[in-house]
Amino acid sequence: MADILQLLVAGLATGGIYALVAIGFTLLWQTSQTINFAQGEFVMLPAFFVLIAMGYFGLPFWPAMAVGGVVSVAVLGLLFKKWMVDPMIRHGVLPLVIATIGLAILMKEAVREFYGADAWPFPAFAATTDVSVLGAVFSVQSLVILAICLAVVAALQLFLGGTRTGRCMQATAQNPTVARLLGIRVERMILYTFLINGALVWVASLLITPIYLAKFTNGEWLGLYAFIAAIIGGFNQVRGAIVGGLLLGVVDNFAAAYISSQYRMAIPLMILIVVILFRPQGLLGRVEERTV
Amino acid sequence: MKNRRLAAGIVLAAAGAFLLVAPFGLKPYGIFILTMWAVMTIAAIGLNLTLGYAGQISLAQAAFVGIGAYITAYLTTKGWPFWPTYIFGGASCFAIGWLLGYPALRVQHHYLAFVTLAFNTLVYLIFRNEEWLTGGIYGISNVPRPSVLGLSMNSPLAFYYFCLAHLALVSAATWWLIRSPWGRAFVALRENPIRALSLGVDTRRYTLVAFALGAGLGGVSGALYAPLVQFIDPTPFALALSLNLLLMVVLGGSGYFFGPFLGAIVAVLLPEWLRFTQGFYLMGYALLVMILMAFSPTGLLGVADRLTRPSRRRAGAAAGPVEAAAGSEGAR
Repeated sequence: MADILQLLVAGLATGGIYALVAIGFTLLWQTSQTINFAQGEFVMLPAFFVLIAMGYFGLPFWPAMAVGGVVSVAVLGLLFKKWMVDPMIRHGVLPLVIATIGLAILMKEAVREFYGADAWPFPAFAATTDVSVLGAVFSVQSLVILAICLAVVAALQLFLGGTRTGRCMQATAQNPTVARLLGIRVERMILYTFLINGALVWVASLLITPIYLAKFTNGEWLGLYAFIAAIIGGFNQVRGAIVGGLLLGVVDNFAAAYISSQYRMAIPLMILIVVILFRPQGLLGRVEERTV
Repeated sequence: MKNRRLAAGIVLAAAGAFLLVAPFGLKPYGIFILTMWAVMTIAAIGLNLTLGYAGQISLAQAAFVGIGAYITAYLTTKGWPFWPTYIFGGASCFAIGWLLGYPALRVQHHYLAFVTLAFNTLVYLIFRNEEWLTGGIYGISNVPRPSVLGLSMNSPLAFYYFCLAHLALVSAATWWLIRSPWGRAFVALRENPIRALSLGVDTRRYTLVAFALGAGLGGVSGALYAPLVQFIDPTPFALALSLNLLLMVVLGGSGYFFGPFLGAIVAVLLPEWLRFTQGFYLMGYALLVMILMAFSPTGLLGVADRLTRPSRRRAGAAAGPVEAAAGSEGAR
């Protein structure tokens, strides 16, 4: 019982991080039909922004973290939208997909070339001690991660559902044409989702890098898990991405512990295939109508 | 029009002649790379059928190359002769492609990309973990090279011509295929599946055929890859190769017959010539892909087409550009 509880909490913690990344992914898809194949690299990169701020500019950890956040929102949000998505989206979904695959390679190689191929330690902002509750031992780190993820998700939901801007963004996602007719500045709303994505990947990066160290290849599997989470939950729902992410983290953890650590990756992939085949809109998703 | 065709003929003849004489004066490693180009081009031609002509994004091509390579490596090291394993490798990939296509083609576009991506990763896990069959991370070594009519293909030069001959055969077969009614149906499928369906094209069957043929060519490429490298392990068949093959096809010009040839030059040969640039090559490659996608989603041949075409009139649809396919997705 204690084992199961421990695995569950640890799974929820990593799952929460997947959820953050997957939310950003689905937001971009909803508002601008951008499928970002570089989303994993987007999570890999902010950790290096922080490391650079600390190593080359000598900032202490907390200010460096803030600098990393600003740079992430500016580069991965604003510049990504202005320089990549805007010029390409008129060609349709596929060229942009290919271009983001190119972007992923570019980011990975740039980090390897300019920062190094090693795995760099990254400071955690939670103590790496354990607490024991009801006979089960939890690491403080995973509890903190889970709390932060829940807080971020709650804040995002409040923003999307409770503020004027958030509702405008939802309208834009649901039907851009009508939104424009209603006087919503659709372009600006789309930009906001890119900025939010920049902030989400920054948070995810700060949470996950202390566990897995900062390495240029981190994006490969992170991106894959984010896709899987987004699709399992439902590509067109923020709620879906949350459920998908948490589910994936838990399943992944239990599969590694009880089934086979060699095939741990296989379980989420099979779930992905089953979900796509039998419920392509995802567990919580809506069916997207197709026009001829 | 006539001038263009003449120019294209001259370029082709020159390229063919170059390929025949190129290995002379190259060191064995150079010949190896050139052979690798031929092998990868075959895989890319297969993907071009699936992506460029039938319009289905597949991220599983590396898995098929891997399956073909492992079948060949496993059986030839067990003492089978080359040709039966070669045919078996290609045919099994065709069959697996067909079987995968059955459920996978219920979904389209980005969903298909994710299903095939998952399939590729699963196959990679099997290569890595099923040691009794694939040798796990230690792989299978000492894969023998075939002999043709009693002539051994052991020397790099002989094996180069062997692979080049395969490339020529595959090209000829594909050339014929895309000009046959089947090829026309593929294009109809890509341009507007619903319209094709309404005109009586059995879209499901043709998509399956295109997908399975692409997979089969992946298997053929793998069956040549194993004796070329003579040692195979799981790493080359990970998702990275699938992405790379996809980039090759798109970079060269998806939906153009010669797109994969050109794409494979950029992805396989150029890195060797630009070795002195080290990691910067890949960055340049990535940038090139991004810039091309921004300005010409039809790839390098799309640029060439635009520069040489006198009027904006389109040539034959079978060899025509893929702009419409790329564009029509956007409307959703």
